[in-house]
Parts: sequence; structure tokens; C-alpha cells
Amino acid sequence: MNQINRLKGGQIDRTQTLNFTFDGKTYQGHSGDTLASALLANGVRLMGRSFKYHRPRGPLTAGSEEPNAMVELRTGARQEPNTRATTAELFEGLSAQSQNRWPSLKFDAMAINDRFSNFLTAGFYYKTFMWPAAFWEKIYEPIIRKAAGLGSLSMQADPDAYDKGFRHCDLLIIGAGPSGLMAALTAGRAGAEVILADEDFAMGGRLNSETFAIDDASADVWVQASIAELAALPNVRLMPRTTVIGAFDHGIYGALERVSDHLAEPAPGKPRQILWRIYAAKTILAAGATERPIAFENNDRPGIMLASAIRSYANRWAATPAQRVAIFTNNDDGHRTAADLHAAGVKIAAVVDTRTDAPRSHGYEVLQGAQVIDSKGRLGLTFAGVKLADGSMRTLECGALGVSGGWNPNVHMTCHQRGRPTWDDSLAAFVPGGALPPGMTVAGAASGNLSTHGALQTGAQAAKAALGLKGRLPKLPSAEDAPVSQTPFWYVEGCSRAWLDQQNDVTVKDVKLSHQEGFRSVEHLKRYTTLGMATDQGKTSNMGGLAIMAELAGKSIPEVGTTIFRPPYTPTAIGAMAGRIKGMDFHPTRLTPSHYWAKERGAVFVEVGNWLRAQWFPIAGETHWRQSVDREVAATRASVGVCDCTTLGKIDVQGTDAAQFLNKIYCNGFAKLAVGKVRYGLMLREDGIAMDDGTAARLEDDHFVVTTTTANAAKVYQHMEFVRQCLFPDMDVQLISTTEAWAQYAVAGPNSRALLQKIVDPEFDLSNEGFPFMACANINVSGGLRARLFRISFSGEMAFEIAVPARYGDALMRKLMTEGEEFNVVPYGTEALGVMRIEKGHAAGNELNGTTSALNLGMGRMVSKAKDSIGSKLSEREGLNETDALNLVGIKPLDAGDKVTAGGHLMNADGPVDAKHDQGYVTSAAFSPSLGSMIGLGFVKNGSDRVGEKMRLVSPVTDLNVDVEIVSAHFVDPEGGRQRA
Amino acid sequence: MIINHPLLGPRDSAEFVYLGDANLIERPDPEAETAAREFYEYAYLRDNPAGEHRELWFHEAGDRSWLVVTRNTLTHEISDVQMARDVARSKGRSK
Repeated sequence: MNQINRLKGGQIDRTQTLNFTFDGKTYQGHSGDTLASALLANGVRLMGRSFKYHRPRGPLTAGSEEPNAMVELRTGARQEPNTRATTAELFEGLSAQSQNRWPSLKFDAMAINDRFSNFLTAGFYYKTFMWPAAFWEKIYEPIIRKAAGLGSLSMQADPDAYDKGFRHCDLLIIGAGPSGLMAALTAGRAGAEVILADEDFAMGGRLNSETFAIDDASADVWVQASIAELAALPNVRLMPRTTVIGAFDHGIYGALERVSDHLAEPAPGKPRQILWRIYAAKTILAAGATERPIAFENNDRPGIMLASAIRSYANRWAATPAQRVAIFTNNDDGHRTAADLHAAGVKIAAVVDTRTDAPRSHGYEVLQGAQVIDSKGRLGLTFAGVKLADGSMRTLECGALGVSGGWNPNVHMTCHQRGRPTWDDSLAAFVPGGALPPGMTVAGAASGNLSTHGALQTGAQAAKAALGLKGRLPKLPSAEDAPVSQTPFWYVEGCSRAWLDQQNDVTVKDVKLSHQEGFRSVEHLKRYTTLGMATDQGKTSNMGGLAIMAELAGKSIPEVGTTIFRPPYTPTAIGAMAGRIKGMDFHPTRLTPSHYWAKERGAVFVEVGNWLRAQWFPIAGETHWRQSVDREVAATRASVGVCDCTTLGKIDVQGTDAAQFLNKIYCNGFAKLAVGKVRYGLMLREDGIAMDDGTAARLEDDHFVVTTTTANAAKVYQHMEFVRQCLFPDMDVQLISTTEAWAQYAVAGPNSRALLQKIVDPEFDLSNEGFPFMACANINVSGGLRARLFRISFSGEMAFEIAVPARYGDALMRKLMTEGEEFNVVPYGTEALGVMRIEKGHAAGNELNGTTSALNLGMGRMVSKAKDSIGSKLSEREGLNETDALNLVGIKPLDAGDKVTAGGHLMNADGPVDAKHDQGYVTSAAFSPSLGSMIGLGFVKNGSDRVGEKMRLVSPVTDLNVDVEIVSAHFVDPEGGRQRA
Repeated sequence: MIINHPLLGPRDSAEFVYLGDANLIERPDPEAETAAREFYEYAYLRDNPAGEHRELWFHEAGDRSWLVVTRNTLTHEISDVQMARDVARSKGRSK
């Protein structure tokens, strides 16, 4: 029973026989076959089940518009659901499984849904799963989820690589049918840079499926000669297996090239697919047309196909869905299928033509003025019921029925910007209209020119016009130019369960019901019935739905309009969108110069922005992170600790107006800052809310170094450039980010000076007199290496920050550790850093959270009234200066064993616990080794005047309810004696 | 989209960061008597036209210029690109 429905001829390579399996059964096909053509050749029509009713289905089409023949392709990690059998190229060993059926394709238990179709109509979910609300999460949603979806995922990581690429051209031609090829020949011969892309693996478009002659030979001869000529032109790039998926702004097109989908697996080093971004000066859309079906009762049985698809299978793939085929048409194109099949030796049961003046044939019977009104056959078509012109009934025995309702130009890409198609009465179809994407013209069948001659001619004309070529059109090869007239015939009168959208099971009855229930806009119709929402996006079904809707509303089709066409043109794998940007490559990882040293020390890292920062450095015997952090804090406060603060943003500010510029950037004053001094600066947004904070060190009269928080480094730099370029364009000031240029380390603790003295060259005086708190200087270390030293403290201890050129960071860190051994130096991470800053009451990101003003942060008086700065004016707003404004305070539990958690809210000691009585909230919390309990920072209404007050810290989410005391935010050394020592 | 940078030529919009209405260049005079009102309008009130819009773009992955891009928000057509600094000067923002 091998390939019983294989015909003679076609474009398959019979010298190469390929073995493949479908639902575990082995078949043979040939090179050049698709999965669908090979299955049809083997006598298999049943390939899938529909989404809702689980109706048996076979292929409707022979291309990417396919709604029915969806399979899971391949096995293991490469398994891909919803692959169209009609476009999947056959390869040796291909394995495919049918989907949406259990236990088997021929017997599907869920087909019971079909019996209940009276209940499962449009809007079934909306009407049924409404109440009680509590049922949603536990009952309805799991049921719906289980029933929903076609196919299944492997749940394994995709082993293949996907790439992205960029290409530029003078002319992008979408589609390599007769018009696309002719346009490419015209443009290519003129020397233009041309990209010709086609979704198919064989260029030639519809010509591959027809028996027309071009000039005096078969069309195939002209196609092959044209491809050979184009391939030889260095300025023409042919991209088969490449679907242009969308027209984006400014002549940018997305195109998916399926590099390896026709192979068992990608060749070593090759990607599976490439998503191209094509920058095209001009574009010709030559995407062809799609045949449309006619709806009649039970028109969805395997074997009922588009007439043109049956013709494609016969002519290109030498396969027929059955040995006895009937045709149902309303136009001449259906007769072409009958003639071609007849010539190929397939028996034509009859051609049923709705027109009373349909052309006759000598080879087979033509039933004029007749209609197919029903079909039979459980797992595949066996009989078609025909109503003849005189009203009598006749039954046609046939295994396949080709349906032709005319052709719809593929206008999709013309509508991806603002274009809306216009209605062409002579074609009874939409053609490109409105504002096309800039630079795009349309040729061939996509523009409504449905004859081969029309395609060749408009292709050449479009290329000439797009490139502004002078002179006459090139000589066109001679080709058929049959007049095309299409009259609308959308559905057979009286039909009900007649399928429009076969994948989503939307019938004529559903469209009528939705109209009856008041869904009058096409967009509402689409969403209520799910018409056109399947993986094929309604390429074969939308027009029928629109037509019925228009008829019910008493409007014309153009009045009803279409739904909006959106990219992608065909389903595109998420992997292709991601490309190489996945897993750890999703964003870059930034490592500080001493990262590998920290790794050697066993540091535990945390991502901050893109940086990896050491969180803590566990030592032998420590089993819990708190042990490490507590030890690091205690050791730093007792002697000396070192922390990598390279990740803080560093911005070099230079120029004669540098101080003036910083006066604008920071709310506090910088003009009078002496050279050799550092000052804390608070940066506001123009609306008066705190943006970021840091320090500015004046190294020279016209040279400052500004630091920002790690997280805001890029944003602050952008803001500073905005102020410089857009607000004060003629200040003499230059900015550059030097974050990566300097490795910087905080050396903190009572022995920090003693440690640094061993490293800093002896000519530099580090004594409190020579280098007091908030001093800065350019210095040398280790015998002449240039460095910067700042005496600033985030921990509250006597502390320095020392910066060396980045390439010396690792060496400096190692040296600090060696030289610090006598002081029992410890490295400390971001956790200990955080604990110490909370103990000291320094605000950080948790407090500068985008809702807090300088006043809230306890820095209200820092906002200088003597000068203008960004945010100073709106800081004065009434709303930011109310008497019960939030103030930064410290929070301490009354019972040292109690928890303080960030996010908890503060309530008065007595009274209700609700949002109305909210007094404030905790922003930062930590265990303080120095105090022996948890502590917190937070904001409390009028908090400055409430120090000493007892309150309740509550969190309804975690059932927290703890008695706390409001204290000064400065838990450790509130007078600041240590940092000035 | 492609932004035709006055110094660097056509660049992909992926290299830029968008800020918004170019009226942000026209920061009010803080000394003016009506400064409170003007700053409120400057900080909070923006036009959101369906059509031509002058907007600020920052060439973050490029030369770090701020640009004033005139873009049609309906069609995305860009009709003019200027250095924001030049625009600021033309608005009298030189010191």
C-alpha cells in the first residue's frame, strides 16, 4: 500500500526515497515532498482534530495558510507543536504526531464535544463559567486550561541556536512568484541591490502548481532560468525559506529564515532559524493570493480542500487526496483543477458550479447551477450531497472535494502600518488600499492582478517605478492572460454547521448567533466567536465571516470592514525573537576588577543592576549567612574591613563652570566647596522628589568626581547630560562616565588609617590633621601608582575610599588583605555594608524610592534657598511641606527578640489597625550586631517630633504585630565621633 | 525606526532612549513671580498630540547627544532632527 495516491510527474525527486513516521506508522515519500503531500500520496487524509469539537480534519490548503493539518514535529527536546504539515519539508527520519486527540487520532474521546455542539456555541465560556466567582481558580480555570491549546511542549530546553541578522537593500521583494521574479529580474539587471524572499523552499510561487506555459515551454523552465540568472547576479540575494513576517517603521522588515528546519537537526555551528531585520529603501509586495472556500453543511471533512490546493498537490507534488474527486466552484479557476486532475488520470466525479452558464467539458460532467449542500464520511469524505439546478438531489461518491470560491489578494503586509484594504467589486475581494507602508508597492495577484501575464507585467512595472528606472519595460515572456471575474458566493443557503474557521470551530451558525446577541463590530465578532484567532489568523476564514456579518447587518462588506492585520504573517517561534539573548546572555554581566579574587575567597554574589557584587564572604564553620554578615560587621567596627565599591557610578565633571553645574544638579551648594574636599549631595527631580544621592569630590578647581548609587548610574548620567545640553547649553562643563575606569574600595574601621599608611606612599600625610574627614586627594600608592583617596564613610566608622586604575584593582585588594593581616582585616560584602548603613541611619535606595522628598529624608534644610537647582522650586510646594509629612526615623523593637521587617506599617500604640490610621512604614530592616536586635529605618508622620513614642509595627500579609519604639535613625555613634577620629 | 542624527547620520532607534516632549528644554525662570505656577505646568502638563510631536531622544548607545526629533505619532514619520543643544540655544538658554 505504498504511495497509492502518487501520480506521475511533479517536482519531487523520485531518486531519493525518504522514510518518515506519522503517529508511529512508517511511510515513504520523496525529496521535495511536504509532510502533507507525502501523507496524501500514502492515502492518508486524516491529519488532525479541531480545537473545540475535536472533529476529524485533513489539510485544507497546500501552504502556510493551513488551519487544520497541524502536527507535533520531531521528538524529544526538538518537539514542536502546531507545525503545519503543509509547509514542513520531508526529511529522512522525520517523525510527526497528531495532536488534540486522545487516545488516538481515529478514536478521540473528546469528540463527544461535537455531540454537545448546541451548548458549545459562540460565547460558551463567557456564558457558562460566570459564577460562583470562587469556582474560577480551583475548578473552571484548570478544566479550561486542560481542554485548551493544541499540541504539547516537550518541557525541555530548546537545544538549537537562533540568530539575528541585519541586511540592507535598495529593493526588497516579498514573494518569488511570477510578479516577484519579474520584479527581481528587472531590478537586478538594472544593478540595484535586491533581496528576493519567499516563504517556500522552492521559488516560483503559484507557477510551481500550474500547468501553464510561459513563452513556448512549461512555466517551470522559465522559473528555473530566472532563478539561475538572479543567482548569478552579485547584487541579488535570494532568500528561500524566508517569511517576511512584518512591515515595520521606516522601511524595516522582519524576516524569518528557516535555515535548518528541513534537516533532521542543524548542521554543526548553524542556527535553526535567523530573524533578519531588513532595511529596505523600497519594497514590492508580491505575496500572491489565497483561495477562499465556500461554506456548506459539514464542509470540514478530511478530503474537502481548496481546489487550488488539490491542484498544487497534483501538479507540484504528484499526489492526490483520492482517486475520485469532485469540484465545487463559483468561478473558472475550479475548472482548472478538474482539467489538471483529469489529465493526470484522476477520476472527476463531477464539477459542481453555482453558475448556470458554467463552461462544459468533454472529459467530465459539469453540473451547472448546482451546489454541494452536505457531505458524509466519519473520518474522511465519502459522499457529497448536491442540489441540482432543478432542485433535485444527487449524491456524488468521491474521496475528495475541491472547493473554490475565488481568490483573495494577500494584502496583510500592506496593512501593518496604517493601510486599510479597499473593496474591489469586480473581484469581490479586498485589494491593497489606504496608506501603504512608506516605500511599498504591490504587484501581481496581491494587487488584484490574477492572471500570469498581469503578474509579470505589474512585477516589472513595480520594479521600474520603485527604482525610478528610465526607458521601456523589459520584454515580457508571453503567458496566459485569462480574464478573471469573481462574483461573491460565500455560503450555501440554509447551512448551519458549515465551517468558516476550521481550526477554532467557528461555523456560520456561530456568526449568526453573535449577530443576534448584539456583536455588530467585526472586532467584537472576532473576539466573541474566536473567528480568525487561530494560528492561521483566519487567512481562509475571515472573508466568509465578514460577508455573512455584512449580510445580516444589511451592509456591504466594505462597510463592515476587516479586522486589523498584525504581524507576524505566520507564527514565529519565540526562540527566534530571543536569538542568542537567553539564559545568562539575556543581559551582560559586569564584573569588578577584583571579582576573581572575591570568587577565590568563596564570596556569595548578588546581581545589582548588571553587576555581580559580593554579598558576604563565608569562612570555614559558618553555616548561615547571618553568621558571616554579623562577623564582618563586628570585625569592621572593631578593627578594619574592606568593601569593593567599584560599582558605584562615577562621573567626571570638568570645566570652568563645573561647580556652577553641580549647583544646578544638587539641591545643596557646591560653589564654595574647597579643593581637596568632598561633600554629600542630594539630587532632586524637577518635581521635588529625591532622585539619587552621592558625593562630589573637588580634586581641582575645575575638576570634580561625582558618585552615584550603583542602580542609578546610567539614569543619573543621562539626567546630567540633559541638564548640560538642554537647559544650560553654554556652560563650560564636560561629563564622562568613569565607572569602569577606576576600581574603588572602602577601607573602614578604627584601623583603616593604619592599614592604608602601609600602602599609600609615605609623602602623603593621612593623619587627621593632614587628611581630615571629608578630605580628598590625588595620591600615589605602592611606590608611584596614581590613586585617588577620599575620606568618606558610609559605615559610620573612620573610613576611606581608595581608587586605582581598574587594571590594578585586583592587586590592590590582595595587597590590602596581606598588609591588613596584622589588623585581622576582613573583606565585607553588600549585606554587611547594608547593616552598617542602617545602623548609621544613612538613606539608600529603599529610602530614595521615588516618593520621598528632601524633607521626608530629614534633609529639608539642605535644599538651598540661595540658588536655583533642579527641583528646588517645586520642593516648596504646599503638598510636600505639610506639618504631618513623613520623616525618616529609626525603629527598634521593645522586645529584642522581635522581628522588624521592611514593608511593615506603623500604627499608633492604641486604636484601629487599618489604612486610615496608618502612621508610616518601614523601608529597611536588618539585624544589628552592634545593638543585638533587629532595627529598621522608616518614615513616620511628623516622625522628627515623635522620637520615644511607642507604636505597633504590623503587616497583615505576614501576620506581624510587634511593639516598637521610634528612635533616632542614627543607632550607632550619633555624634559622628568615629568617622572624624 | 531610523533617526537621522545630525552628526552621525541614520541610526537605528534601538540606540536611543526616549524621554518625551521637547518642551522640557523650556525650563521656566525660577526668579519669575509666577515661577511656582510655571514650574508646576512645566513638570506635569504635556501635550499628547496625534500627529506631529517634538520629542527628546538620548543617543545613549552612541555619542550621548540629546536630540530634538520631530515625529508624527500616527505614522512615525520623522520630519526633522536637531541637536537639542542647538534648540536650547535658539530658545535663549545660553547663559
